[in-house]
Amino acid sequence: MRADLDIIQEWIPAGSRVLDLGCGTGELLAWLRDHKQVTGYGLEIDPDNIARCVERGVNVIEQDLDKGLGNFATGSFDVVVMTQALQAVHYPDRILDEMLRVGKTCIVTFPNFGHWRCRWYLTTKGRMPVSEFLPYTWYNTPNIHFCTFEDFEQLCRERQARVLERLAVDRQHRHDWGSRLWPNLLGEIGIYRLSSPGLQDHPVAP
Amino acid sequence: MSSVFPEDSVGLVEPRIAHFAEPLALACGRELADYQLIYETYGTLNAAHSNAVLICHALSGHHHAAGYHSPEDRKPGWWDSCIGPGKPIDTNRFFVVALNNLGGCNGSTGPASLNPATGKPYGADFPVVTVEDWVNSQARLADRLGIEQWAAVVGGSLGGMQALQWTMSYPERVRHCLCIASAPRLSAENIAFNEVARQSILTDPDFHGGHFYEHDVLPRRGLRLARMVGHITYLSDDAMGAKFGRELKTDRLNYDFHSVEFQVESYLRYQGDEFSTRFDANTYLLMTKALDYFDPAAAHGGDLARALAVAKADFCLMSFTTDWRFSPARSRELVDALLAARKNVSYVEIDAPQGHDSFLLPVPRYQQVFSSYMNRIAI
Repeated sequence: MRADLDIIQEWIPAGSRVLDLGCGTGELLAWLRDHKQVTGYGLEIDPDNIARCVERGVNVIEQDLDKGLGNFATGSFDVVVMTQALQAVHYPDRILDEMLRVGKTCIVTFPNFGHWRCRWYLTTKGRMPVSEFLPYTWYNTPNIHFCTFEDFEQLCRERQARVLERLAVDRQHRHDWGSRLWPNLLGEIGIYRLSSPGLQDHPVAP
Repeated sequence: MSSVFPEDSVGLVEPRIAHFAEPLALACGRELADYQLIYETYGTLNAAHSNAVLICHALSGHHHAAGYHSPEDRKPGWWDSCIGPGKPIDTNRFFVVALNNLGGCNGSTGPASLNPATGKPYGADFPVVTVEDWVNSQARLADRLGIEQWAAVVGGSLGGMQALQWTMSYPERVRHCLCIASAPRLSAENIAFNEVARQSILTDPDFHGGHFYEHDVLPRRGLRLARMVGHITYLSDDAMGAKFGRELKTDRLNYDFHSVEFQVESYLRYQGDEFSTRFDANTYLLMTKALDYFDPAAAHGGDLARALAVAKADFCLMSFTTDWRFSPARSRELVDALLAARKNVSYVEIDAPQGHDSFLLPVPRYQQVFSSYMNRIAI
């Protein structure tokens, strides 16, 4: 399984009901179904990804995240997951609100634009960073709302969302001493576990 | 055509007739004491009887869904693009049953059949049948064929409604429901179109209150008009634009009302003429009523999720972007109810220009998803 998904699955309790926003080929949901008796749905818009989900028997709904989650009841999922899609939606703040409404807890992963390589690229070249990990140029990138860990956490504070857990990892999804010490500079990908302001404390993993 | 059928065809097929002497109680309060269903099967029922798939037809459909009745047939069955070896409903894996519904005009008991009480054709006296009635009659056919549980019940449009009804009437007997280009109930606009179709038939002087058989005439004009109106709703503006545009049949305008000038006029007239010679006017009325009446949520205070709560099947829903008869929004209503009822459901919205008719056509992405879903059904 994709390395970030392997980290996420540890945060999803067995038997829970999961909504996966931008579920891709359904890898996470299929794995959770087979190993943790998890039920749920994936939302996706890419035809090839949808076909792959259908093939492996993952419930997939063709639905555009930019149109919201109005068809899902408040608190109807144990966990709402969104991996590597926050930066590609039109209204990251609204989708975050929707996730917090629909899910008892939320897991969000996104690339950190505050990583030192991005900063270095922009400082030395004066141009928008292009890397192997994020190979697009500014005019054709699907990633239209980059943010840093600081930015994201600021948004969480504004929305009074509680950050239950945070992992900053590199592109191989290792979390070494560097990304632990100085995440916003040395972490490439952020993996956050959140809960909405109204909910009671959830145990935070050490 | 040559005597050899295409490799991905089920080939030569033969309809069979199942006769039922046990009375069937109908939603209208009446009953059919005795009736028959005509059906075809493709593929082989496995030893465990776990690979059976039921095909439910739409308004003008019938039991001949795939293959050919003779080597001279110009066209195969109506859903041949989706049923056959290697096709979405793969007859190498599945045993497929397709029937003509009660009230039909292709060999099952319907308005043109003899009413045992009078010795004359039923005509207008044939009871109004509903989607629920059809599903009950299909369940008896399943019993007859030794099929305890369908691997899948599949249908488009009105056929999708039957597939849906199966999951509520007989939850234990359906593992998968494929409901394509359908809706949980008709909108006022849908009913309005049906009413125009009905009025055109009912007001045809040759209709004789539904007893035209005795007068040895057919209400062709009414049926023709009904089909023309219906046909417009099966296509899309895009499809009509691409196919006909404003093209003329003649090289100039005639400034009269009786000439066939625009290509689209010619096409509609042809469709209407062809249909009025092969379809029964009373059946058309019955089919449109079955559509209008279908509303499983009605018995649950309008709550579709509650209506679907009993279902045990997994669902696959598909809609087409240019379908305005049963638009994607109608399928999404169903999806939302299934989500609220916590059912397993997948939903795909296919980008296709051909309107409602898309479900009958070999649209590549449609066939891909259809195949993927069918192939993952355990048998």
